[in-house]
Amino acid sequence: MSYTSPPIEKVFPKVESALSGLLHDGMSIMSGGFGLCGNAEACIEAIARSRVKNLTIISNNCGNAGQGLAVLLKNRQVSRVICSFVGGNPDLAELYMKGQVKVELAPQGTFAERIRAGGSGIAGFYTPTGVGTVVAEGKEVREIDGKRYVLERPLRADLAIVRAAYGDIDGNLRFYRTARNFNPLMAMAADVTIAEVDKLVHRGAIDPDDVHLPGIFVKRIVEVREHRNVIEHRTTRTLVGRAGSSGESGA
Amino acid sequence: MSWSREEMIRRAATEVLPGTVVNLGIGMPTEVANFIPLDGSVTLHSENGLLGMGPYPTDNQIDPQLINAGKQTVTALPGASTFDSALSFAMIRGGHIDLAILGGLEVACNGDLANWTVPGKLITGMGGAMDLAAGARRVVVLQSHVSKDGKPKLVSQLSLPATALGCANRVITELGVFDTAGDCFICVVRADGVNQQVIEQSTAARVLFTTITAGRG
Repeated sequence: MSYTSPPIEKVFPKVESALSGLLHDGMSIMSGGFGLCGNAEACIEAIARSRVKNLTIISNNCGNAGQGLAVLLKNRQVSRVICSFVGGNPDLAELYMKGQVKVELAPQGTFAERIRAGGSGIAGFYTPTGVGTVVAEGKEVREIDGKRYVLERPLRADLAIVRAAYGDIDGNLRFYRTARNFNPLMAMAADVTIAEVDKLVHRGAIDPDDVHLPGIFVKRIVEVREHRNVIEHRTTRTLVGRAGSSGESGA
Repeated sequence: MSWSREEMIRRAATEVLPGTVVNLGIGMPTEVANFIPLDGSVTLHSENGLLGMGPYPTDNQIDPQLINAGKQTVTALPGASTFDSALSFAMIRGGHIDLAILGGLEVACNGDLANWTVPGKLITGMGGAMDLAAGARRVVVLQSHVSKDGKPKLVSQLSLPATALGCANRVITELGVFDTAGDCFICVVRADGVNQQVIEQSTAARVLFTTITAGRG
């Protein structure tokens, strides 16, 4: 073992090679992103091209506005979705209403924490969210110190595809703004995690204190310099006024 | 007369106190941000992972990777922080958010809130609504007093699926400001020119009236 010959087997030249040997029908895939913000766009497109099917997608929205993971829905590659929000995703709403895709809704905080638990060796947790609602149906509800909580179970997947701004050859990641969202959590909760980074940097380029996700959670890393970074609701103001000039309120 | 949409939003903005951390829900609550001080005395939280959210960007400030929970482009004020979704909801569930202003479909006088789904309508999912309703220290609901087909939205018992139980502290509608008080609502402010009878006729629960007379939003 030598410090002068770093292990570079994590680095893949293209998303196709990073995904090779990992895709199979019936698998579960976690995909980071809040709507179309912080998506591993190239990985999603490669999975669409692969035509792998009967997928379980674990993602907050499963694409939006016909884009991102919605392409997998349109291709009929998805049989089940675990998510928190479907608004703005007509493809998912339509397939769900027709009974062609199973949808399991989870409150967003519960969804995030279930993934965190899945990557952290936690078998379950009690949360106040969902007590007295359909979310608690069929689950243990326990009173602890005078307050009621629902037992929620962890989530894991065969594969996670995550997006980061920077990654080094050891898989240490640094995220950007609100593109972080579910990405570091999902990276922890899958058997194999592929990080799609805007910029691949050399070992030591990210200060240890600035690593948002240690490379231990990342098996494969691929640099994709160009991303579409689709804006779902472009809201702006003039410097004079304060209110937004867009008519869209978003959802 | 009743309050206009903007008067309702301005009234909701008076709920936002200096030194607090506030989450504004999607839709009309988001617009409350237009009427609160931008001097940093109020910290806005967005559950997709942003604390210290600023106003919408100017054209040349637009960053596709800096958005709010409604997926609108926003800015980050000096002193802002970004973080993952688990940490963001730890802030919510852990009681670190002083106030959430949320939209509503129904509020019961015991504080039960329904705002995420109508059976038979297109599903949208609850997103962060259940966590915010259950976790924020104070919940103010900003909604119309009756539905589009004239059904009261302030009720004695929810008819729609609940978002969270006993969570709503106050409701602001075009007719006034109403606190949830267990077996009734307490009307703490009436909108200009709105009399008790109008409120009683539009509410499917008992309403008590304080002596405070109508005030402007």
